[in-house]
Amino acid sequence: MSSFEYTLVTIIGCGLITWLSRVLPFILLKKFTLSDRVLEFLSFVPIVIMSALWFSNLFTQDLGHLPRLNLENFLASVPTLISAIISKNLLVIVAVGIVSLAVIRVILA
Amino acid sequence: MNHQLDQATAFKETLPTVFGYLGIGIAFGVVGRASGFSPWLVLFMSLFIYAGSAQFITVSLLVSHSPIISIVLATFLVNARMILLSLTIAPYFKKDSLLKNIFLGTLLTDESFALGMNKLNFTAGQLNFPWFNTVNLLAYATWNLATLIGALIGNYITDPQRLGLDFAIIAMFIGLLYLQISADRSLPLLLQLTVIGLTLALVYLGMIFIPSNLLIIVATIVGCGLGVLLKHHFFPPKVVSP
Repeated sequence: MSSFEYTLVTIIGCGLITWLSRVLPFILLKKFTLSDRVLEFLSFVPIVIMSALWFSNLFTQDLGHLPRLNLENFLASVPTLISAIISKNLLVIVAVGIVSLAVIRVILA
Repeated sequence: MNHQLDQATAFKETLPTVFGYLGIGIAFGVVGRASGFSPWLVLFMSLFIYAGSAQFITVSLLVSHSPIISIVLATFLVNARMILLSLTIAPYFKKDSLLKNIFLGTLLTDESFALGMNKLNFTAGQLNFPWFNTVNLLAYATWNLATLIGALIGNYITDPQRLGLDFAIIAMFIGLLYLQISADRSLPLLLQLTVIGLTLALVYLGMIFIPSNLLIIVATIVGCGLGVLLKHHFFPPKVVSP
């Protein structure tokens, strides 16, 4: 298999598996209804998933040991969070985040 | 956010997230190009995989010539959370046709999901196809445009990290989390904050022994489970929507 074919087959495989993860629940839930217990479980998904995605970026993994703090991302999160509380505006929050990290990298470098 | 569910409103409400997609999309384009792929192949990855941060993993594994099956598996594990997002949001579109459901699912992202969940707090628990589809389409268009820009200017940027663009997506998660907490009235605030604190502990402790591919999905499943337990033990039962 050529290098190009290898890359192409991999991309198609990754695309299909991702598509199925997204679409199958939509198809299944056309036919089935989730129980109250499952719905209650899923009601926690928005806050848990967003915080898990955030927190996983605050540390650097070192399997078998305690994770190390990712100082850059941790410090940049502080002004970002403050801007969220003050502005409640995603555009402002993302802009403050990007600028914060760039400034912190300059200071720490 | 307001209670209106038309396309113009969706456009306006998605616009702020465009900035986030631009940042991380450009970063992906630059990284893909720097890894030796042609701009068109980099764009094809974004068009076809459309998996945000997981695409960085795909690229790095391609560069290290990992077996195809292990790259696909890693991408699946990182994106397994999409199953949960999709399960959570799909019930709101039960009345729409199968084709529309498949289309909404195809372009679902973390951010469109979070916007949708946030919107529910303003529409008395209603979502519709035109609103959500517009959010999805705008996100998809921005992501791919940003990837192309990144792939084309990739030659001129030697150190993409210097620009802080990689923080765009993290900032978006922080913003969406905060907006969700401040708008959501279905769960008590104290319960939400407790669950977020527990998620922090789960992520931290999980990092010791759970491979990074699996961490998000494991932490999410355990975190939601703990949330249900806490709710039953410490908070009076409430009617669950929808």
